[in-house]
Amino acid sequence: MDVMPKWAEVTLVPLISLVLAALLSALVILAIGEDPVEAVNLMVTGALGSTYGWGYTLYYATNFLFTGLAVSVAFHAGLFNIGGEGQAMLGGLGVALACLFIPWPHWTLALLGASVAAAVFGAAWAAIPAFLQAKRGSHIVITTIMFNFIGAAVLNYVLVNLMRPPGSMDPATARFPEITHLPTLHDILLPLGINFSKSAPANVTFIIALLACVLVWFLLWRTWLGYEIRSYGKSEPGAKYAGISPVAITMIAMLISGALAGLMAINNVMGEAERLVLNAVEGAGFIGIAVALMGRSHPFGVLLAAILFGFLYQGGAELALWTSIPRELIVVIQALVILFTGALDNMVRMPLERLFLMLRRGNA
Amino acid sequence: MDFLTFVQLLDSTVRLATPLLLACLAGLFSERAGIFDIGLEGKMLAAAFFSAAIAAVTGSVWLGLLAGITASMAFSLLHGVASITFRGNQLISGVAINFLAAGLTVLIAQDWFSQGGRTPSLMGGGRFEPITLPFADALDGVPVLGPIYRELISGHSILVYVAFAMVPLTWWILFRTRFGLRLRAVGENPAAVDTAGVSVVGLRYAAVIICGVLCGIAGAYLSTALQAGFVKDMSAGRGFIALAALIFAKWRPWYALYATLLFGLFGALETRPDVIEGLFGLKVQGALLGALPYVMTVIILAGFVGKAIPPRAGGKPYVKER
Repeated sequence: MDVMPKWAEVTLVPLISLVLAALLSALVILAIGEDPVEAVNLMVTGALGSTYGWGYTLYYATNFLFTGLAVSVAFHAGLFNIGGEGQAMLGGLGVALACLFIPWPHWTLALLGASVAAAVFGAAWAAIPAFLQAKRGSHIVITTIMFNFIGAAVLNYVLVNLMRPPGSMDPATARFPEITHLPTLHDILLPLGINFSKSAPANVTFIIALLACVLVWFLLWRTWLGYEIRSYGKSEPGAKYAGISPVAITMIAMLISGALAGLMAINNVMGEAERLVLNAVEGAGFIGIAVALMGRSHPFGVLLAAILFGFLYQGGAELALWTSIPRELIVVIQALVILFTGALDNMVRMPLERLFLMLRRGNA
Repeated sequence: MDFLTFVQLLDSTVRLATPLLLACLAGLFSERAGIFDIGLEGKMLAAAFFSAAIAAVTGSVWLGLLAGITASMAFSLLHGVASITFRGNQLISGVAINFLAAGLTVLIAQDWFSQGGRTPSLMGGGRFEPITLPFADALDGVPVLGPIYRELISGHSILVYVAFAMVPLTWWILFRTRFGLRLRAVGENPAAVDTAGVSVVGLRYAAVIICGVLCGIAGAYLSTALQAGFVKDMSAGRGFIALAALIFAKWRPWYALYATLLFGLFGALETRPDVIEGLFGLKVQGALLGALPYVMTVIILAGFVGKAIPPRAGGKPYVKER
């Protein structure tokens, strides 16, 4: 029944959507009286022209990898987790608690402990919407949106009233102890003779994110559980008939999704800020949606999309610095990517399918 | 808490409830027709910007309102094209619209006014001024009723009265007209409507456009009546609170009024911590109070306090049988 060959499905559809989004973004830049070619040049040199630029690009990409994987895993189970933002926020709380209150002997152990805390807190924040979806049929999209706001309020309360160091006006925790600081890419690459920028925030978490990519791929396509998640997402009645429990799969998929979103916190909270601030996530949870859609919910696609968005994010910051184009341009591009790869998917797909049908008839 | 403070609290409740009510009714039309809309927030934001921008340039708030409604309708049509014509995912389309509005408003504001993503402050004819109803001053001396009439009922901008008039109007359209019956039917069982020879696509587009108009008024109210000018992200989650109110109201117009008034009261209390302290004798965190609408919606959604059942065909694109 497949009209399109598989390669066209995984490459042509996202590529055409991306080109459409890029064209429209160029029009937007033209409309505000700037030169799109110049803008792209600035973005490329700013984000990829130096190890400093790369350091930021990869740092952002690490965030988006985690949130993109989180949205992808839920997508495979047929669930739309908009709550990555809140889950990452709570993951940050877990990291802060682990780093501040446990005396770690070494950063590797601290990283391990903080990762567990981040994953547990993120998963916990996804657990209630998951349970309500599985048991009470409340729509997971609405509940996860609500939990983003509730999460922000909880974090605000905790930071202002409980975790703020005495005498500080800033709603943020104290700095994490020296021992919990993670090695940056500079520290890792120096022994290999590569002089990576010292001031860029990319750190060891990037490697963990790559590992997470492989693990998610393995989970989804090489384990029983992954098979069950995917078949439940494809057809709920079919999965039920095969003896797969909808309640269990909904819960497990959302817990994994929440844990992945929470894990983002080891990058931004532990790796970069080294303390927990109010708006630590900065919309990365939502960018995860764009990343997952563009990457077709496949870990490898998510990796490419995350790096692309990391580039856009860092390039956008450079643009805002050197031109009068505000940073919000990235929000527009992100919206266009979501629109074309997500909502207007059929607009790209239908003509392509017609084209392939014609080609096939021509051959026959 | 004295009587006047109480009346003032209710007064700000009404003012804060107005945009929520308009957006909630907007969502009601859309979702009753089977089109989920989590893009209320974005449409409001776009309308808020274009109202303020055009009102600032032309000096006429009415032209501003028109521009706001047009902008909001453009986003509505985009949602319609994505979710009705191309049968895309309505939730994803809504998310995209929210981001598109958040980014474009700042981008255009910076390009037009170069004031860091805001519009110039509106003055004089650029704003909706409060209307003093007749006899407001004459009746001032009457105990209890006088202050209520002067503070609570009189002295709002025209859009507040429009919003409250929309409640019975929405009820009448949805439950007493043929159009309303068909609109509700298309959200429950589009195939039946199609069999009767009525266009599902046409009805759904009509609902989406009405949604755009109402969101447009809501956004215009934010920037030209509640405040004097547009600032970045000024809708501040109101579209989502309206969505919460819609669920809370179980997709019914009169309940929508009560829900948005309740959430408006939370908003009013958030700005008056002294009142809460006087009433309950304890300090309540403003942030936690702000989260109350969301918590209550989750509880309602969980079905522990009366079950909220959405329109049955909501969120599903209609595919005509071939």
